[in-house]
Amino acid sequence: MSDPQTNTDLAAVRSALWAQLEGARGRDYWRSLEDLAATPEFQDLLEREFPRQAVGWSEDENPVEGRRNFLKLMGASLALAGMTACTRQPTEHIMPYVRQPEDLIPGRPLFFATAVTLNGVANGVLVESHEGRPTKIEGNPEHPATLGACDPYSQAAVLQLYDPDRSQALAYNGEIRSWGAFTGALRDALAQQRVKNGAGIRILTETLTSPSMADQLRTIQKSYPGLKWHQWDPAGPHSARAAAMQAFGQPVNTYYDFTNANVVVSLDADFLASGPASLRYARQFARRHRVDAGTDTMNRLYVVEPMPTPTGTKADHRLPLRAGDIEEFAWALGISLGIAQGPKTGENNDIYKWLGPIARDLETNKGASIVIPGEQQPPIVHALAALMNEKLGNTGKTVFHTDPIEANPVDQLASLQDLVKDLDSGAVEVLIVIGGNPAFTAPVEMGMRDRLKKAKLRIRLGMYADETSQVCQWQVPETHFLETWGDARAFDGTVTIQQPLIQPLYGGRSALQLLQSLTEQPEKTPYDIVKGYWHDQHTGVDFEAWWRRAVHDGVVPGTALPTKSLAVRGEALSARAGAKHLGGKLEVIFRPDPTIYDGRFANSGWLQELPKPITKLTWDNAAFLSPATAHRLGVQKGDLLKLTYQGRSLNAPVFIQPGHVNGAATLHLGYGRTHAGRAGTGTGFNPYGLRTANALWQDIGMDAVKTSGKYEFADTQNFHLLETPDRRHIIHRADLADFQKNPASPHEGAETPPKELSLYPEWKYEGHAWGMAIDLNSCTGCGACVIACQAENNIAVVGKDQVRRGRAMHWVRVDSYYQGDENDPAIYNQPVPCMHCEDAPCELVCPVQATVHSSEGLNDMVYNRCVGTRYCSNNCPYKVRRFNFFLFSDFETPSLKLQRNPDVSVRSRGVMEKCTYCVQRINSAKIDAEKQDRPVRDGEIQTACQATCPSEAIVFGDINDKNSRVSKLKANERNYSLLADLNTRPRTTYLATLRNPNSEIGA
Amino acid sequence: MADDRQVIDAPSKKIIAPGYTFGTVTDQIASVVLTRKTPYVVMGTFAVAMGLLLIFLLAVGLLLTKGVGVWGLRGPTMWAWDITNFVWWVGIGHAGTLISAILLLLNQQWRNSINRFAEAMTIFAVACAGMFPILHLGRPWLMYWLFPYPNTMGIEPNFRSPLVWDVFAVSTYATVSVLFWYVGLMPDLATLRDRSEHRALKVTYGFLAMGWRGSAKHWAVYETASLLLAGLATPLVLSVHTVVSLDFTVGIVPGWHSTFFPPYFVAGAIYSGFAMVLALAIPLRSVYGLKGLITERHLDNAAKVMMATGLIVGYSYIMEAFSAWYSGNVYEQAAMWNRMTGPYKYQYWVLVACNVIAPNALWFKKVRSNTVVLFIWSLIVLVGMWLERFVIIVASLAQDNLPSSWRVFESTRWDWATYLGTIGLFLFLFLLFIRLLPMISIFEVRTLLPQAKIKEDSRG
Repeated sequence: MSDPQTNTDLAAVRSALWAQLEGARGRDYWRSLEDLAATPEFQDLLEREFPRQAVGWSEDENPVEGRRNFLKLMGASLALAGMTACTRQPTEHIMPYVRQPEDLIPGRPLFFATAVTLNGVANGVLVESHEGRPTKIEGNPEHPATLGACDPYSQAAVLQLYDPDRSQALAYNGEIRSWGAFTGALRDALAQQRVKNGAGIRILTETLTSPSMADQLRTIQKSYPGLKWHQWDPAGPHSARAAAMQAFGQPVNTYYDFTNANVVVSLDADFLASGPASLRYARQFARRHRVDAGTDTMNRLYVVEPMPTPTGTKADHRLPLRAGDIEEFAWALGISLGIAQGPKTGENNDIYKWLGPIARDLETNKGASIVIPGEQQPPIVHALAALMNEKLGNTGKTVFHTDPIEANPVDQLASLQDLVKDLDSGAVEVLIVIGGNPAFTAPVEMGMRDRLKKAKLRIRLGMYADETSQVCQWQVPETHFLETWGDARAFDGTVTIQQPLIQPLYGGRSALQLLQSLTEQPEKTPYDIVKGYWHDQHTGVDFEAWWRRAVHDGVVPGTALPTKSLAVRGEALSARAGAKHLGGKLEVIFRPDPTIYDGRFANSGWLQELPKPITKLTWDNAAFLSPATAHRLGVQKGDLLKLTYQGRSLNAPVFIQPGHVNGAATLHLGYGRTHAGRAGTGTGFNPYGLRTANALWQDIGMDAVKTSGKYEFADTQNFHLLETPDRRHIIHRADLADFQKNPASPHEGAETPPKELSLYPEWKYEGHAWGMAIDLNSCTGCGACVIACQAENNIAVVGKDQVRRGRAMHWVRVDSYYQGDENDPAIYNQPVPCMHCEDAPCELVCPVQATVHSSEGLNDMVYNRCVGTRYCSNNCPYKVRRFNFFLFSDFETPSLKLQRNPDVSVRSRGVMEKCTYCVQRINSAKIDAEKQDRPVRDGEIQTACQATCPSEAIVFGDINDKNSRVSKLKANERNYSLLADLNTRPRTTYLATLRNPNSEIGA
Repeated sequence: MADDRQVIDAPSKKIIAPGYTFGTVTDQIASVVLTRKTPYVVMGTFAVAMGLLLIFLLAVGLLLTKGVGVWGLRGPTMWAWDITNFVWWVGIGHAGTLISAILLLLNQQWRNSINRFAEAMTIFAVACAGMFPILHLGRPWLMYWLFPYPNTMGIEPNFRSPLVWDVFAVSTYATVSVLFWYVGLMPDLATLRDRSEHRALKVTYGFLAMGWRGSAKHWAVYETASLLLAGLATPLVLSVHTVVSLDFTVGIVPGWHSTFFPPYFVAGAIYSGFAMVLALAIPLRSVYGLKGLITERHLDNAAKVMMATGLIVGYSYIMEAFSAWYSGNVYEQAAMWNRMTGPYKYQYWVLVACNVIAPNALWFKKVRSNTVVLFIWSLIVLVGMWLERFVIIVASLAQDNLPSSWRVFESTRWDWATYLGTIGLFLFLFLLFIRLLPMISIFEVRTLLPQAKIKEDSRG
C-alpha cells in the first residue's frame, strides 16, 4: 500500500482530474464536480485515496498484511469501544492562549471587585473568574455593606449571568430586528420629541443610586426639559422615604450600628437577613451576641413580627403580632418612653404585655440601644422609632442619618400614579422602561399591563423577555452587571464602580448605553460614561491611579455620605390611628419573598430551590397561617384557600407556620410569573393580584374560604417540635445567666462517650487535621451558606418534583427546630454540612471503598469509584449525603457549562455526593504554602459556606494547630458534637446557642 | 404408555398413597413432561407470567435508561422496595435448601416428593433476588466492582462492608443450589431420555443426563456427591440470611442495629419459604393430579414447619420491642414507637396480624388439613413477610436520628412494576421448569415405596 508506484499513480490521476475541472466556474463548476464523481477515474481515485484497510481481503492486496491490519484495527476499535462505552467522554478542544493575558495563570482564578445591586443599593462583592469566566461571587471584605460576606441574591447573580433564558436578541413585537432598525426608530421618535422638548418621553426605572446614571439622566433632562423620569420598585423602602419626609421634612437615609447596641427592639424589621445593610448588621449583631468566656455579655433582642424571620429566630423575646398591631405597639412603647401620650387603643392585649420591661431595658441602655422599624411598616412606625431613638440618645451613637443614597428619592407610588395619569391622558409618546417589571409588580388596580399599551412607542430594556416585555414593542436585551460598567451606592452612600468580567454573552445594551442614545453622544461606551463621570468628579492630581485603585478595591474612597445630626420635627407624629378591628376576617400581609424577592429572581434555579429560611419551602409561595388560624379555617397544609380582598380574589395553598401570628396570612410576592423563563414560569401564585396602592404591605379585611383541591409543596423539612427536654440533644441551648453560673448547663443530660470506647486503635493525625465549628448562637438561618456551597461545588438543581421527593442536592442544609408552644415556639437554626466523622459510619459500609478517610481527617467521596448502593447514606446518622438519582447535572446547556467551578467534578448519574469541606480550597492553599515553604496559615482556607456567612457562624481550620480559631472554638465550653452518643466523633462541632432573656419577663 | 397409566390421585395421610409401583410413579411424573397436554390453567398462568415478565423488562429498561430515580427512593429512605424484594426473595429460597439439604441429612423421607420443585423454587427465587442488588445500584453496569477481581486500579472491594459479604453469600448460595439441584436431576433426566420418543428430546435429555446409566457405581458416586452437597448447603441455609441480616445490623440505623437479627431473619426466611412451597404445591398437586405423591401429610408437615418458624418470628417481634424499650436508647425506643404509631403503623400492624396472629391458626389440624385455607394462609404469610422487611427497612430509615431529615417514602408505579415483574419472572421460570423437567424426583419417590424398603431390608 505504501508502494511509491501507487503514490505516483495517485498524483497523476489527481492532476488529470483537476485538469478536467480547470476552467469551470460557478454553476458549471458544481455541475462538473457531479459529472466528475461519476467517472471511473474518480471512483478509482476514491478507492485509492481511502485504501480499504479494514477490509483487507480483496485480491489485489497482500492477504497476510491485510488480515493483520484487519486484526490490528479490530483490536484497536474494540479497545476504544471498551473505553468509551461506560462513561460519557465529551469532545473537548484544548486551545492555548496565543497571547497570555496579564496576571492570568491557567488554573488559578482571578478576583475582581464589583457590586451587586438590589433595589439600586450596592453590595460590594469579589467575583471569581476562571480564565475569563465568572464562576463564583464572594463578599468584598473592604466593602462596608458586605465586610466579606454575601447574601443569596448576590451568590445567585452568577447563575443569572449564564441563564439560557435571558433575552438574547433585540426584538420588535417578538420579531428579531437589527440594532440599526432600533436606533433608527428611536432616533425618529426623539426627533419628533425634540420639538416638544421631550414632553412625550417617559423613563421608568427601578430605584437608582448610580451617580453616573443620575448624571446622565440630568443631562438628558436638560436636552428634553419635558421628559419625566419615574421610578418603581415594588419592594422598595417606600415607608422609610415617606417617614423621612414626615419626621425630618427632607429625604433622609438612616442606618444603624449594632456594635455598641446592648438592647435592640425590632418592630417587624428583619434586619439580620434582608435589607441593604443586613450583611453588615448580621456581622455586628453576631459579634455582640457571641459569648466566648463565661464573663462575656450579650446583647438582647426583642422582636415583634407577624411571620417568623431569621431575625425573629434570634430574638430573646419574640412577640408575634399582626403587622397592623405593630403600629399600636410602637405607639405604646413610645408612650412608655415618654415621647407621646394616649390611652391603649389596641384590642390585642399581647401588645402591652412586655412594654414595661422593654421600656426599662431601653432606658437603662440609653445611647446603647436601637429601635429599628421594619421597611414594610407604615411611616408612622418609622417616625416613632426615630423619635424613640432620639429620646434614648441613640441618634449619632447607634443610629445615623445621612443624605439619601438614591439619586432621586421620590415617592415612588406617587411617581407611578403620575405615570398612570399621563398614560391615560395619552401624553406618553415614548416610554422607556429600564429594568424592573412594572407590568407584573405595579399595584393591581393600576392595571399596568394594559395601561402601558397606551404609550405609543414602548421600549423595554430587560434581561428577560418578561411580562412587561410582552406589552412593549421593543425588547432590548439588557447586559448583566457582570458584563458591563456601572456604579452604585451602598447603604451608607459608599460608591462601588462595577466592572465587567466577561463580554456580553448575548450582546445587549446596558442601561447606561440605552440612556446614552438619548444624548448628543449616543455612541459613548459605558466605560467612557462611568469613567468620564468620575473624571469630572475627581479633584486630585493623578486620576488614572485613583481610578485604577477605586476599580480594584471595589470601593471609591470618601464617598460614604457624611452623617447629619437631624432633629425629629414636632409634627412628625401624625394623629394616632384608631383601633382596627379584624371582624372575623384575616389580615393580609405582603412581603418580598426570602429567595426570589419581588419576582426578579424567579428564573434562578438556585434561588428557587434554596429552602426559604424557617419554612424550608422551595419553588413556591403559600398563604402562611398560624396553626390556630388554620384550625379555625378548617384547613390543613396544602389545602386551597380562596382569598378575597377588596373584591379581588386569589386561590392560594395553605402552609401552616408555627410562630406565625394568629388572624393573619402572609403572602410572599414574586411568584405566579407568566413569562419568567423555564424555571420561574408557573411556580406558585401571584399575590400582586391582591396588592393595591393603599395596602402595599398589609391591611385587614381579607376573607379566606376553603376551596376544593390539594396542593403539593416541595419543602425540605417537616415541622418538628423538639421534645422538652430534648432527649436527642440536637440543639444545645441555655440562658445566659445559667451559662454564666454553670458553663456545662447547655449540655445537660447529653452524653459523650469516652474516646477509648472503640475496638479500633486510635488513629493519630499527623500534620493537618481539618475541622469545623459552627456557632449556633450566631447563625441566623439565612441560607447564604447553602447557595454559596451550591455555586462553589457545582451542585445541580433538581426541580420541584424532585425536591418534593426528598432529592434536593444541597450539601449543606439549615435545619429549623421548634420548641415550646406550637403557636409561639422558640425557633432554632442549625446548618448541617458533612460531619467528617473520625469514625465515619458511611466508610465502613461502602462495598467498593468509594468513601474513605484521608490522613487529614476528611471523609472523602470518590465519585469515580461509587457504584451507588446508597448504603453510606442509610448509615449516615446526619443524613448529609446526596444521591444523583438521575442525571441531575446539566451536561447539555452550553452557557451553564461556563458557570461551573473547574476545580470541582460535575457529578453524573448514579453517584453519591456530599460536603467535602471544600477540599479544592484546602488543596489550593496547601500547594501555595508548600511553594512558599511555610505552613498553611490559620484562616487561609475558608470554605465557601464560611466565607459567605454574614454572622461568622462557621469557622474552619486545623484542629492540630492549638492556636487556630477553630481549635479555640472547639475548646470553648459551648462546644458539642451532634449525636455525640453515637460515638462517630464528628469533626464538625457546634457551639451551643444562648438566650439572654429579660429577667423581668417570665418565660 | 398413556393407556396403561395408573393414576393414583387419592388423598392420603401417608407420604405416598398406597398402590403405587415403581412404574406408576415414573409414569405419573414423567408423563407431565413427555405425554400429557399442558392444562389450560397452567397455560393461563403462564400467559400472566409472561405479561408480568414483559412489564419487568419495561421497568428495568426504563430504570437502566433513566436511573434509579424512577423508583420512589428518596432521602432518607435510600433503600425501600428494592432491598425489601431482595430479602423477601432470598428468604423464600431458603425453604428449598432446607428441604433438600437439612431434611436429607436428618433423613426426613417425606421431603423426597417435594424437594425437586422446592429446589427449583430456590434457584428461581435467588435469581429474582439477585436482580435487585444489581438493579438498585446507581450505576448497575459497574456491579462487577463488588467482586475482588484483579484490576489495574489496584482496588479491592471493602471487605468490612456487609454488601460484599452479601455478594459472596448469595453467589455461593446460588452456585451450590444449582449444583445440588442439577446433580439430583441427573437420574431423572436419564429416565426422561429413556422414555422420550422424539429424537431431539432423547438427545437433549441425554446430553443433560451426562451419560447416566444407573449403574451401581453411578449410584454410589451420586450418593456421596449429594451428601457432600447437602453438607455444603446446610450451613448456607443459616449463613445466607445471617449475612443478609448483617446488612442491617451492621448499620447504626435505629431499628436495624441489633444482635438478634440473624436468627430472626433465618426463621423468617424459612417461614416465608415454606409458605411459598405450600403456595406452589397446593395448586400443583390438584392441577396435575399428584395428590397421591404430594399428600396431605406433606402439607401438614410444611404447615407445621411454617407455624414453628412463625412462632419464632413472633417471638422476635416481641424481643425487638422489648430490647428497644430495655436498651433505654432514645433512638431505638423512638424507632419502635414510630414503627407502631407512625406513618407505617398500618403496615406494621398488618404484618403483626399476618406473622404473629395468623400462624396460630395452624395449631388446629382442621386448618392444616384444609388445603384451600392452607393456600390462603401461605399467601398471608408471604404478604406478611414482605411487609416485615418493608417495615424494617423503610420505617427505620424514614425516621432515624435527626428529625429534620425525616420523610415518608412513597412508592411509584415502577416500584410495583419491578416487584410484580419479578413475580412474573419467577412464575415464568417455574412453569417452564414444570413443563420441561420432572417436578418431583422420580427416583427418590420410588425409594419411598414399600417395595424399595423390602429390598433394602432383605439386603441388610
